[in-house]
Amino acid sequence: MSMQDRLDTSVRAWRARSARRGAAVGAALLLLAGLVLADLMTGPSAMSPGVLWQTFLAGPQGADRAAAAILFQIRLPQTVMALIVGGALGLAGLMMQTILANPLASPFTLGFSAAAGFGAALAIMFGSALAVPVPGWLLAPACAFVATLSATALVWLVARLKGSQPEVLVLAGIAVLFFFQSLQSLVQFMASPEVLQQIVFWLFGSLLKANWTAIKRAGAIVALCLPLIARETWALTTLRMGEANAESLGLDTDALRRRVFLITAALTAAVSFTGTIGFVGLIAPHVARAMVGEDHRFALPFAALTGALILVSASVVSKLLSSGAAIPVGIVTAVAGIPMLAAVILTHRRS
Amino acid sequence: MFEITLPALRRGRSLVLQPMELRLPAGSLTGIVGPNGAGKSTLLRAIAGLSAERAILRREGRVLDRSAVGFLPQSFTVRANLSVLDCVLLGRREGLGWSVPPAMIAQARDILACFGLADLAARGMNSLSGGQQQRVLLVQRLFRNPQLLALDEPTSARDLHHQLGALAALRAHARQSGTAVIAALHDLTLAARFCDRVLVLGEGRLICQDTPEGALTPERVAAHWRVTPELLRDRDACLVVVPHTVE
Repeated sequence: MSMQDRLDTSVRAWRARSARRGAAVGAALLLLAGLVLADLMTGPSAMSPGVLWQTFLAGPQGADRAAAAILFQIRLPQTVMALIVGGALGLAGLMMQTILANPLASPFTLGFSAAAGFGAALAIMFGSALAVPVPGWLLAPACAFVATLSATALVWLVARLKGSQPEVLVLAGIAVLFFFQSLQSLVQFMASPEVLQQIVFWLFGSLLKANWTAIKRAGAIVALCLPLIARETWALTTLRMGEANAESLGLDTDALRRRVFLITAALTAAVSFTGTIGFVGLIAPHVARAMVGEDHRFALPFAALTGALILVSASVVSKLLSSGAAIPVGIVTAVAGIPMLAAVILTHRRS
Repeated sequence: MFEITLPALRRGRSLVLQPMELRLPAGSLTGIVGPNGAGKSTLLRAIAGLSAERAILRREGRVLDRSAVGFLPQSFTVRANLSVLDCVLLGRREGLGWSVPPAMIAQARDILACFGLADLAARGMNSLSGGQQQRVLLVQRLFRNPQLLALDEPTSARDLHHQLGALAALRAHARQSGTAVIAALHDLTLAARFCDRVLVLGEGRLICQDTPEGALTPERVAAHWRVTPELLRDRDACLVVVPHTVE
């Protein structure tokens, strides 16, 4: 084989590899669409697909008021929220693992979720005593949002003082995790049994909290983050080549880490409407890297899709498990996600 | 001609490198030699703009900014699941969007072929040997089209055949593109054979910058490397430095 032929063969192989990755993203999108339909069709009211379709066509103001309310006020908001939250957690998890060069990094393991939980617990305990002009359902997520940002500020401060090396950020994150976890325990300890029950319910992340106002807020924050993430795509891929290499390619790695860290904080804060949902942010990045490699042009969308897939399928599973009262999705994510992870790990090792 | 003005470089309180002025002809290969701890890596990082104290680079009197310099740190391992071609394309990260321009792929392919890496384009970086990775990373730097290329021991992970091949290809690339290449090298014989000029560093000072014959005198090698050198000529009349243990 001549030199030119060998070259063309290997470039063709490279193109085929890129095409396969694009196809994998497409396949995940199709699978997600199927699951979204399944999620919309499952629920305690056991509406038939025909009725659902009629209701959908009739719109929110359709003649069958009960069916319209179920579809447009209960099922659709939950599904859309699952898409937003799962996607945001997948993106945040992948970016965190990339900038911290640590496969165990996620919004959950670095204390963002613990901070959100503390903020919400505080709001639930003292919310009624405060005369703030915020509706009750919004107070807990709002406080969770603020607490997440303050946790970010703490880690950020440490990074400014000591430098943004991965070790510093991970240690600061773990310190934040324990700090907010103990504060959260303190609030729970002091709470009355009724309040405690509410706090615990919030901590089990649940899609039942979804409504269109919450979706608009969370969706707006995630939508604002997307162009910022797109801008850093190649820089994140470069960072995977190693710190020394990325620096010598003219990348300011410290500045990149700080920028991306803020984006992940915003994404995590955006999803505080549903309560604490672990696992997704940790697992989705691993699935993405195993399936489409580390080119972040493919890995970022795939991590977002995987996050959404895990959460939507968890939502379906939770509705199927107990048709009366849906089990909070936060409890089911791990159950639904682990088989997926196992499948990816096993098939990946074989190839 | 490139002129590099370096301030004194410190690490903590200790002085690592004295201030110095370097002159590198365009299209030439310059070797930095010196014993361990002489400051070779520190010097290269400063040239690349990665140390706190900034070196000033001029070409024919005009000041160059950091983007004109390509730098390859001492050998390290890439564990990322990225293909060789992806890796080379990252050399021009700034020009990449959601899709990669076909012209850029063609250029990357050609430069891979020049360095004998045509077969590896679709392979994952994490499946390559240390020496292969080093070659890919060198190609990645060249793909940036730097005016000045600083390499920290670019041949350390390679066998004899690839050491010769890489230095010959580098020298040819320098001649053809007008890039000034400056490389830290441990092997004095290799430095003498391929470099147009040799800088000798010792204990943080620039001892001399000269032709290989002028720089690598028996007295200098004896004083800085603490060996008794035997200087020979090979069949191409190139200098060969054979070290003997000091009695």
